[in-house]
Parts: sequence; C-alpha cells; structure tokens
Amino acid sequence: MASKYLTGVGSESKQLATWYFTFAAILFGAQLLFGLVAAIQYVMPGFLYGVLDFSIARIIHINALVVWMVFAMFGSVYWLLPDETGIETVGIKIGKLLFWIFAAAIVVVVLVYLFIQVGPADATTIWFVTEGREYIEAPRWADWGIVVVALGFVGNLFLTGMKGEQTGIVTVLMADMIAFAGLYLAGMFFTDNISVDQYWWWWVIHLWVEATWEVFVGAIAAYGLITMIGAHRKVVEMWLWIEVAMLFGSGILGLGHHYFWIGTPEYWWEIGALFSALEPLPLVAMFIHVLYDWGKTQGAEMAREGVTEDNVKSVITNRPAFTWFVLNAFGNFLGAGIWGFFHTLPQVNLYTHGTQFTSAHGHLAFFGAYATILVGMMYIAVQGTNGIKVMKHTKASLWAVSMITGGVVGMTVALTIAGYVQVLVSRAQMGATWAGYFDGQSGMWFSQAMDWRLIMGVVTFIGFIFLAKDLLTTGKNPVHER
Amino acid sequence: MANKSVWSDNRFWRRTATWVTGFASVLLIWLTFDTSAQIAMGNDQDLQNKVTKRVPGPTVINYKITYEMSAKRGHEIPVIGEKEKFFGRDDYSEEEAGALLHLGKLGSQAKNCMDCHTLLGNGAYFAPDLTKAWLDPAWGPDGAMQALTGKNTKEEAMAEFLMHPDQYPTHARMMPDLGITAKEAKGLVAFLKHMSSIDTNGFPRNFGKIKGAVHGK
Repeated sequence: MASKYLTGVGSESKQLATWYFTFAAILFGAQLLFGLVAAIQYVMPGFLYGVLDFSIARIIHINALVVWMVFAMFGSVYWLLPDETGIETVGIKIGKLLFWIFAAAIVVVVLVYLFIQVGPADATTIWFVTEGREYIEAPRWADWGIVVVALGFVGNLFLTGMKGEQTGIVTVLMADMIAFAGLYLAGMFFTDNISVDQYWWWWVIHLWVEATWEVFVGAIAAYGLITMIGAHRKVVEMWLWIEVAMLFGSGILGLGHHYFWIGTPEYWWEIGALFSALEPLPLVAMFIHVLYDWGKTQGAEMAREGVTEDNVKSVITNRPAFTWFVLNAFGNFLGAGIWGFFHTLPQVNLYTHGTQFTSAHGHLAFFGAYATILVGMMYIAVQGTNGIKVMKHTKASLWAVSMITGGVVGMTVALTIAGYVQVLVSRAQMGATWAGYFDGQSGMWFSQAMDWRLIMGVVTFIGFIFLAKDLLTTGKNPVHER
Repeated sequence: MANKSVWSDNRFWRRTATWVTGFASVLLIWLTFDTSAQIAMGNDQDLQNKVTKRVPGPTVINYKITYEMSAKRGHEIPVIGEKEKFFGRDDYSEEEAGALLHLGKLGSQAKNCMDCHTLLGNGAYFAPDLTKAWLDPAWGPDGAMQALTGKNTKEEAMAEFLMHPDQYPTHARMMPDLGITAKEAKGLVAFLKHMSSIDTNGFPRNFGKIKGAVHGK
C-alpha cells in the first residue's frame, strides 16, 4: 500500500483534491488581504470609509477563512480516500461537478458582499444579499447550495467508505462529516428572538470548530503520521479513537461556554465552565501523540542494524508538510487550548466576552488548529501529484512557515494586549457603555497594540506570498528525491 | 490474545468514543428542550401580570426598563417598570410591537450590525456593544446624544443617529450610512429596547454605573 501514498497520478479523486486545494489557497489569500483592510481601519479609521467599510472587510475576512478551510477539508478527504479505502472515490464525476457549483456560488456571494453590501430590512435581503449572522452571513440561497454540495461530498465519502476498505480513519471521517454537514442546518432559519437565534447559531459555530473540525484534524493528523513518517496504523488509530472520545466528550457540552450571557439559564455557567475547561485536554493528547509517534518511529529507525549516528536517515518523507503538522500540534494546544482556557470561565468571561481577547484567541486558534494542518495537506498533495519520494524544504517554504507563524503569533500577542486594555478600561472601570468603549479604544496601549497587529498582519501576508510561490513551484524543484 | 490489555484495544476505545459522544449529545438535546422553554418569548399577558420572562414579549417597548442589582441573583437584571412612551405611544398592541421587533431584527441582519458591533456580546469589536444600548446614559436626558441629534427623546435620538450616523461622529471611527429608512430605524430602536430587557445573567457587569477612577469618582 505504501507506494500508493506517493502518487496522485491517475486518481480522479486526487485530481479533484488538487482543485479544492487550489481554490482554498486563493481564498486564503483573500482572507489575509481583507484582514489587512480591516486592520488598517483600526489604525486609520477613514480608510475606505463608505466604500468598503469594516463590516464588509470583516465579513469577507472571516467568510473566506471558513470557506477556504471547508474547501481544504473537502480536498483533504478526496486526497486520502483512495489511499485509505484502496479504491477510486465512488461518484467522483458528481463530486467534480459539485466543486464547480460550489466555487461559482462562492464567487457570486463574495461579489454581492462587495458590491451590494447591505439591503432593506426584509426577507429579500436575507435570501439574496446577506443573512447578517456573524461568520455565516451567506444569503439563504447559498445556504441551500452549500447543503446540496455538502450532501454530495458526504455521499462520495459514504459510498466509497462502504465499498472499499473501511479503516478507522475513514470511519471517524464518515461519522464526523455527517455531523459537520447536518449542523449547518441549525443556522438556516430566521427568528425575531435573538436569544433563540444565538442559541442555534452556536450549534453551527461551536459544534463545528470546537467539535467536528477538531475531530477532523485528529483524523488528518493520523493520516499524516502514517503517510509521512510511517507510524504504525494500529497505534495511530487507537490514539484517534481516544481523541474522538475526549474531543466530543468535552466539546459537545463545552458549547455551554457560549450560553453564559445570551439570555439562557444560569446552569450553563457550570456546564459550560466544566466541559470547556476540559477542552484543552484532548489537544494536549494530540500534541503528545504527534511528537511521541515521531520520536518512536525515528528511534526505531536508529535502532536498525547498521544504522549509526552518521548515516541515520530521517523518517520524514515530506519535510514541509511535516513541519506544518508539528506546528499544528503546538498551535492547536496553544491557540485553541491555552488562549481558549484564558477566558472560558464565566467569572473571567463576564469581563472578556466581546473584547479583543476573543479575537486574539480566534487568530491563534484558527491558525494553529486548522490553517497549519490544511497547508500541510496541500504540501502532501504537491508531493503526490509530482511523484516525489522525499520532499525537502526550500528557501521559500522555510520563509513561508517562519513568517506566517511569526506574524500570527505577533498578531495574537498584540490583540491579547488590546484585549487587556479593553477589559480593564472599557469593562471593569467604565461599565461597558458607549463612552467606556471609546475610552478604551483611545488608550495608548490599545492603539499601539493595533499598530503592531497591522505590522504583524503584513508579515503574515508576505509569508503567504512565499507559501503560494512555494506551492506552485516546489513540485518541479530538483532538490527533492524522486 | 489472553495477555492483551483492554487499554490498548482499538475496539474498546472505539466503543468508548461512541458512548461518550452519544451521552454528551443526549444531554445536550435534553438541556436544549429545557433552555428553549426558558428563552421562548413572553407575551403581553405576562407583562401585564408582572410575570418575569428571560425574554419578554415585544410589548415590553410600552414599559420603562432599568438595569438593577438583584441581591438574590448577585448581579444586575433588567427590571420592567411603569408604562413609558415609545415614539409618543405606550399602547402598542401585541401585533404592532411584534411587527416593529420583526422589522428591527430583520434590519439588524440586513445591515450586518454584528460585523462591527456586538449583540449580547457576540459580533465584531469595532464598535460598542449594543446589548444594553437602550440603557446607555449617553442617550438619556443627561447624555450628549439627544442634544447632538436635536431630539427630545431617547428613541428619536437613536433613530435619527441610525438614519444619518455620518452626521453625528462620536469618535474618529464613524458608523457609515447604511441607507436605514425612518421606518427601519424605528424598528431597530424597538429591537434594541427589547434586547435590553433580556435577562443576560448580569452581562455587561456594572453597565452604565461606574463613572470610572479616571474621572475621579
């Protein structure tokens, strides 16, 4: 089976995966670009005022983030399905057709965001311009489009999983992706009651990013460990099941930490605090798992007959991808785990809820938990598509990983400081009013933090340019072993 | 197989994962039924009979709302008081008030409010939180906004601001003109007033109460 990992040639499923990855990378660029616009607007409030206001820049910044990740997730599944199941993906033609529908719909949605922006207060706006619900602003027609595409994708996955070999990784993905697709339905209705609105809205947002997406990452990490360092499948899959138990065990009821202040009863304080405080545990487990397996397989290699310190070979067959996977282990734990835990207890959250603290956590968590591993999967696809046996770092891949990581960590630190100022001045001291809000925003520490956020955003963007260059060119680079 | 421990058995962990996930999901669904009942919107009868609802009915716009410390709860809660005129009336029927709230909630989505402001603390952090905006002293008789907009009541000042935000800057960061009509503005203000009456378990803490040490009080 090992040889199949190294080539994507001839598999339609893998070809479709590369389409998904390509579109994902383009949207990643768009995400960073519009993030820069929003960051500039904090520093220079007049920038594009009345043309491309903060709200629109932010919608595109975050929607592009969500969508590129969904695209890269779909791509990852189409990539690994033939390897795991041993067969070509069932119904791949429909999968390919759905890709084009999905991509076209996204382009239309973004153009409408950019040029129509807002509409009158009626159902037409909700259906055709914006649904106005944070992160899932996509108008209702696009919601239905997404449901159709997601069903097609889940169909591909299930039919292939049931026909071919059903490994532990595929089983986890099947269960996870059906929940992922189904949860989106919770975000597709209108109600006058904003508490009910936000109650269900969090089913989509939280149960995606703090439950189903995390399990997805566990499955992808398992696949990566098997393909890139030859970790033992049985060990990896056992860890995967433990991670699933811990992630869903903490993450599903951890949903309660979003129900502290939206009109919902007080018992969510205890439930949310307890279970969300447990959420970092699986992330620690995942971190240990990746490093442990790496050390274990490398150690086994060194213990082989005739292998000495001088001629020992690395067990890693894809350096750039593995770098991103290890970063994922760190970043998930740090960004989602630590930065999340910072403000998850209701006693703290009463003051931090709705401040830049959340934004700091969001930046490091989405980068650490998802962006890293999905970029890693893009490198695996580049390796497979070009028939590379051992893929090495290039100058560009090193610059990319250093600048993107440095930039995101820098933004996170800056936003954390901004969050502190907001919590202390606007919230604790000034009682959260309009005047209190702007007192906090005008403070020197806040504005300096926002300057640094912008600088670090630019660093991240330059890193992205290196990444794009590397992904496009490294496949033909003679440095790799073929 | 006799010497193999259950702890290193994949089947054991798969079953554990399934049971844990199932148990957590069932508990969440059960809690959802309880919460849904508790956050269902009240009605005009409740308000007349002084029945406290976590989310009061739309006719709450006929009443004065304050945010007061509850000794029993240990934090502030919205208190619905005597009748109070809203755009000159305090006798909105359930249908009229419901229609205003509906228009306002739709408007809050159609104008992407949450992508600059936070509502119930959720949204973007580019502009002030609107959870208790209706109770913000800035819009009250002693605040700056009534004089700035040239209006005599809180609701009229808010509506005027919403219609022409670019004419009343309060900070270098200004709200853009979103084409909000007079009718929509009235709906949005009703939506804000209604939102301020929702029991948010004491969020935001000390809203509007602290002048702050920076001002020496």
